[in-house]
Amino acid sequence: MSALENLTIAEAGRRLAKGDFTAVELTEAHVARMARFRHLNAYITETPEAAIAAAKASDERRRQGQAGGLEGIPLGIKDLFCTEGVQTTAASRILEGFKPQYESTVTQRLKAAGAVSLGKLNLDEFAMGSSNTTSAFGPVENPWKRKSAPATKLVPGGSSGGSAAAVAARIAMGATGTDTGGSIRQPASFCGIVGIKPTYGRCSRWGIVAFASSLDQAGPMARTVEDCALMLNAMAGHDAKDSTSAPIAVPDFARALTGDIRGLKVGIPAEYRPAGLSDEVAKVWDQGIEWLKAAGAIPVEISLPTTKYALPTYYIIAPAECSSNLARYDGVRFGLRVPGQTLDDMYRKTRAAGFGREVRRRILIGTYVLSAGYYDAYYAKAQKVRRLIADDFANAFKTVDVILTPTAPTPAFAQGENTDDPVTMWLNDVFTIPTSMAGLPGLSLPAGLSSDGLPLGLQLIGRPFDEETLFRVAGVMETAADFKALPEGV
Amino acid sequence: MTYLLQGDTGDWEVVIGLEVHAQVISNSKLFSGAATEFGGDPNAQVSFVDAGFPGMLPVINGVCVEQAVRTGLGLKARINLTSVFARKNYFYADLPQGYQISQYELPIVGEGELIIDLADGTSRAIGIERLHLEQDAGKSMHDQHPTKSYIDLNRSGVALMEIVSKPDLRSPEEAGAYIAKLRSILRYLGTCDGNMQEGSLRCDANVSVRPKGSTELRTRCEIKNVNSIRFVQQAIEYEARRHIEVYESGGTIDQETRLFDSAKVETRSMRSKEHAHDYRYFPDPDLLPLVLDPAMVETIRASLPELPDERKERYIKDFGLNSYDAGILVAEKANAAFFEAVAKGRDAKQAANWIMGDFFAALNATGRTIDDPPVTAAALGELLDLIKDGTLSGRLAKDVFALMVETGKGPAVLVEEKGLKQVTDTGAIEAAIDAVMAANPDKVAEVKAGKDKLIGWFVGQVMKSTGGKANPAMLNELLAKKFKG
Repeated sequence: MSALENLTIAEAGRRLAKGDFTAVELTEAHVARMARFRHLNAYITETPEAAIAAAKASDERRRQGQAGGLEGIPLGIKDLFCTEGVQTTAASRILEGFKPQYESTVTQRLKAAGAVSLGKLNLDEFAMGSSNTTSAFGPVENPWKRKSAPATKLVPGGSSGGSAAAVAARIAMGATGTDTGGSIRQPASFCGIVGIKPTYGRCSRWGIVAFASSLDQAGPMARTVEDCALMLNAMAGHDAKDSTSAPIAVPDFARALTGDIRGLKVGIPAEYRPAGLSDEVAKVWDQGIEWLKAAGAIPVEISLPTTKYALPTYYIIAPAECSSNLARYDGVRFGLRVPGQTLDDMYRKTRAAGFGREVRRRILIGTYVLSAGYYDAYYAKAQKVRRLIADDFANAFKTVDVILTPTAPTPAFAQGENTDDPVTMWLNDVFTIPTSMAGLPGLSLPAGLSSDGLPLGLQLIGRPFDEETLFRVAGVMETAADFKALPEGV
Repeated sequence: MTYLLQGDTGDWEVVIGLEVHAQVISNSKLFSGAATEFGGDPNAQVSFVDAGFPGMLPVINGVCVEQAVRTGLGLKARINLTSVFARKNYFYADLPQGYQISQYELPIVGEGELIIDLADGTSRAIGIERLHLEQDAGKSMHDQHPTKSYIDLNRSGVALMEIVSKPDLRSPEEAGAYIAKLRSILRYLGTCDGNMQEGSLRCDANVSVRPKGSTELRTRCEIKNVNSIRFVQQAIEYEARRHIEVYESGGTIDQETRLFDSAKVETRSMRSKEHAHDYRYFPDPDLLPLVLDPAMVETIRASLPELPDERKERYIKDFGLNSYDAGILVAEKANAAFFEAVAKGRDAKQAANWIMGDFFAALNATGRTIDDPPVTAAALGELLDLIKDGTLSGRLAKDVFALMVETGKGPAVLVEEKGLKQVTDTGAIEAAIDAVMAANPDKVAEVKAGKDKLIGWFVGQVMKSTGGKANPAMLNELLAKKFKG
């Protein structure tokens, strides 16, 4: 555990500042390890030369006393963030070879804070999936293994599966993720790391390949709560280039980790304990409630009655928006083009060859629900339900300060499982989607292991723009959980 | 004066509604910072937003919003303090995002009104249904390559105001008057340059017909992108006659989009039913609802210029102009300004006559514009002053004006140079009269015998002998005196 790759961001930052090692050394250690763990397929594009060059520049800045908040910290970037001059694919054939001439606001801010990018991380195609098996660049393997079947390859969750696997395997100290219906929290849970989807509007969406614009939100994934707070400090903030980014000041999230949650009211929603919930998940959840009680917080039973409508309405709104957002991948200006006899022919061939099955499925669903004659029955009604879901949370937050739920109904499953019926796959996000629909911040942290040795996460849901309370509560739970387990070979 | 088309079964009335796309005057596009100037090199004025690149997001241009509000106020329309941008989804090579950001259910401007002025001097109010903001698409060029189309995205994302009339128009003439008045108002407001050649003002016409006396609204056809007032009128007339023929032969009209072929002066079907678009409108999740500050609307309202209708009223009331003349002078803001500069402190009717007569003729003949006129307002004013103080007769003034156009010199200089000053010396005029009378004793006798009409002949002769410089009033007076005395 003395290797540089095992440090937390916070610790590495302190030791870089002391001069114990250089950013180049830290980056080189990660680059070497990336080769060792290449079988995980966590990275679509590794950029070792650029990373070392950036680390050199970082060391130079530090020498000149200009160290930023994440100075010299090697991170992985989900390949949904446009990065200037570096291939950005969204894990889709249709964008293979696309090198943006611009840098997303979030990654630009991380750079400005001194972070070093190790490369672009794998994901479900266009962030559509919960297992990172829809990537055109192959599935990502979870570094964790079942005790009972160590040879079985497990999924890292999705869509930020590459991010979660990389952080868990110590081939990135932290990673950017994006979360539309659970794409940060569910993989964080599956890979035993911490991830937070901030409040919608907290991080700029500018330069992030869009999936569902009203839901997409970038956030950090790292091995500790504090590391996520440090990353979010750099990532968050109003951006005039994104009309939906909130003009709200960004607090120092790391300072929220006071360890004191006495008197805090924690909502425990009855609807998140459905009849079929696995005992393991229920047990971890109950354990979480006990930790909070022990720290002086007050659990409060609450009800979020519209919870059951969240998943079906999500699968109307998200596909509707994606069907429109993905219209621009038409072979005319960038990315893949398959020639055709006519313009329509070129569109058909390009999009048929460029998009995978899950993406095509969602485009079709979205096109259908927006069609004349169906709009009111589906999209308009889904928007109304979405409002009710948000109202449910708003009511709950009149009496509680934070809500505690499981992150996902199961631990990581095997590659190839849950693929027969897309709906089974979609059910992975049943606990994370309501938060997304309401635009609220949600954080997942590892809380224990399943009987088969796989990490299980718990989710904290907060009021809009109250990520600080999430970090504070998560910090207390992290201490209580003392989650020290490591994936095999790490 | 009802416009009716005669069919075999009786008279038919035409029902027309117009959708005008007016390009907003702004330095940058509706949702990006790219320039909007006309005539740039292809694809030189394109941002990543306009080209629909991954991860790009629209940000509303406040100037375009203000321009839409200004236009709405100019059309005496309701301003919607909350409006919503929606996506209109369809695939085309010059539509990079795969959707056009427009406004659907909640436009920025609601119902308003526009007064049209007709040739017979009457006016009529035409309802405005709505005005909404939307992005323009790029331009496809299909004639540059045997198998490929070229795309120019300079126009992609430029702000348009779509101004939709109610189906209140009843004739091609009214449709023409509507476009002319709308264009005039937009130019007064400074919200659209109204240039139909460059495409900054484009018009779609919705046309249907119904038997005279009926109040039903029959199926309409939409004729797309007609780019001159004359073509709009031709397209409407052709389309209306086509409908009548179809109905009278027992057929039905399908609601469809049609294209006007100006060479053949006919409309033809643009899309077949199989290609009927379902635009799948939904609110654009990249943009928050557009909420206007009422104070901003009031600030714009307070800064509205005098508009053509009000100005016309003022010309009639203050200057005693007739409705027709006033209408012509106010139609173009620059013409009105020219007129007011000439009329200031002078006889306004005389100024109006000169501008609409010799001055407009000179603009036509020289091919110059009101912004670069062959004779300035100051020079024309000076000329009127020379008439007023008797230096020039009306006739001489016309000659001087022609020289002003030709040489660019001022009237006083020309009068001096050419010796065109009117002769007001009674002695000189009398001498000229005497000479003509002495040379034509027979005609003198005829006049004296009572043939008064011949006095005109003497006026002509004296004018001829004085080179037109004799003061006409004095000449008449002296002649009368000679014959009576």
